[in-house]
Amino acid sequence: MDSAAQARSTADAVARRSYGKLVAFLAAAMRDVAAAEDALSEAFAAALADWPLNGCPANPEAWLLTVARRKGIDGIRRRRSGEAAAVQLQILAELDEAASAVMDDAAIPDQRLALLFACAHPAIDAGIRAPLMLQAVLGLDAKTIASAFLVSPDAMGKRLGRAKQKIRQAGIRFAIPARDELAGRLDGVLDAIYAAFAEGWSDPGGTDVIRRDLTAEALFLAGLVAGLLPQEPEALGLLACMLHAEARRRARRHANGDYVPLAEQDVALWDATMIDEAEALLLRASALGRIGRYQLEAALQSAHVERRRSGRTDWTPEVQIYDALLALSGSPVVALNRALAIAELQGPRAALEIVDALAADGRLVDYQPYWAARAALLARTGAYPEARAAFDIAIGLAGDPAVRRFLQGRQAVLPRCVEK
Amino acid sequence: MQYLLMLYANENGWSQMTPAEQEQGVAAYGAYTQALKTAGVLVGSNRLQDSVTATTVHVADGKSQVLDGPYVDSKEQLGGYYLIDVPDLDAALAWTARCPGASHGTIEVRPVWSM
Repeated sequence: MDSAAQARSTADAVARRSYGKLVAFLAAAMRDVAAAEDALSEAFAAALADWPLNGCPANPEAWLLTVARRKGIDGIRRRRSGEAAAVQLQILAELDEAASAVMDDAAIPDQRLALLFACAHPAIDAGIRAPLMLQAVLGLDAKTIASAFLVSPDAMGKRLGRAKQKIRQAGIRFAIPARDELAGRLDGVLDAIYAAFAEGWSDPGGTDVIRRDLTAEALFLAGLVAGLLPQEPEALGLLACMLHAEARRRARRHANGDYVPLAEQDVALWDATMIDEAEALLLRASALGRIGRYQLEAALQSAHVERRRSGRTDWTPEVQIYDALLALSGSPVVALNRALAIAELQGPRAALEIVDALAADGRLVDYQPYWAARAALLARTGAYPEARAAFDIAIGLAGDPAVRRFLQGRQAVLPRCVEK
Repeated sequence: MQYLLMLYANENGWSQMTPAEQEQGVAAYGAYTQALKTAGVLVGSNRLQDSVTATTVHVADGKSQVLDGPYVDSKEQLGGYYLIDVPDLDAALAWTARCPGASHGTIEVRPVWSM
């Protein structure tokens, strides 16, 4: 390998290994995400110019931090005119102190959690928190994030820019919140991670590389938070919930790409290692004695695992968990899933009553699974024309071609009524 | 705001489908159109005949030039459109992603110049 290729491969390795830690450290010191990202990317560029000539340093992270700090100071000096000089000078001093500490023991303090809390601060618009985390902590570019969240790259870039400006201008702290407000603030972080995971999850076939990667990135973030806050049951619950879902990925599609609903999945295709890890996490979470949304979501997933052991699903605990989750969240989606569990216990008519009542909630009008569920329940009661109409709406709202084919297949096997 | 969703796809794809697949395809578009109507966002929509039926016209120096075939000769051709009225681009993109054409082709979304 020539020296330029050697430099590039070292830089790539550092980026993979330490990007989040480096940018979080700089952002916390500079109190500015955008400036930290700029400084770090300038440092990487400097590395690619310097390392081929002078050789790769023994501690590339420390080298990058030193250069990034210098670039960061240059940046602050350039911008100084517009903002209070005293604050800027203080930040400069802190940055110097912080970076020199790293030079001494060659260890970067892990500020990633602090950065995640800044990204999910209540002052930041809830819709941009997940993209912001993906960019700030993992270094994903705006274009990649935009595709996953179905937003134009230009708009995503602007929103990310505004959010970072807000962090700087509003003086949002890069710190783990105090004990008394930790649980509340943690919800914001977990919700954003789950949102990123859900975006990736909508492509279970994993055919769309960007989305599949997003699932892995979200799992990484959930693992990071669970590892850094092992006493927070909801952090463990979220990771358990995501691992359960991820464990079933392979079973969600036939070899030909067709969609397989949960009830018909081949349990042998579920990933046993992930399930075991999820169950262990959930056990640890429940021992901490504070129930919450993500532990309940994980418990729902866990109830399905029973089918792997016994070959059948026990719907009684399933409905009880949905009751608790509904009381906690009031979400119409939870109410819908609860109705489907009730259908297994009390039959489709009881479930349809609930589903009918849910129609009053405008939030479900465009929700494809609502119409698919309704169609399936109607079919079970023998109301075929109504079922056919509900399938039509579900098909029209489906964004995933495999799901669309699945719904069309279910619609096609409905018994035909006598044509007029 | 109004957005025009322009559906580009490989025209040969259609003729290579079995009658059952074609029927399923038409039904999927029908369901999507109905969903747009139900949501109250559909302004207009049409499927176009194949690009071999296209004729282009250009007038230069008072002389009209009429050519046989589509304006741009490429594998993927404009095959239809939806004109929708939604609050913003995000809403337009959400509807675009649900269109069957987004799975078997590519859809260009353009805001309409409001007069």
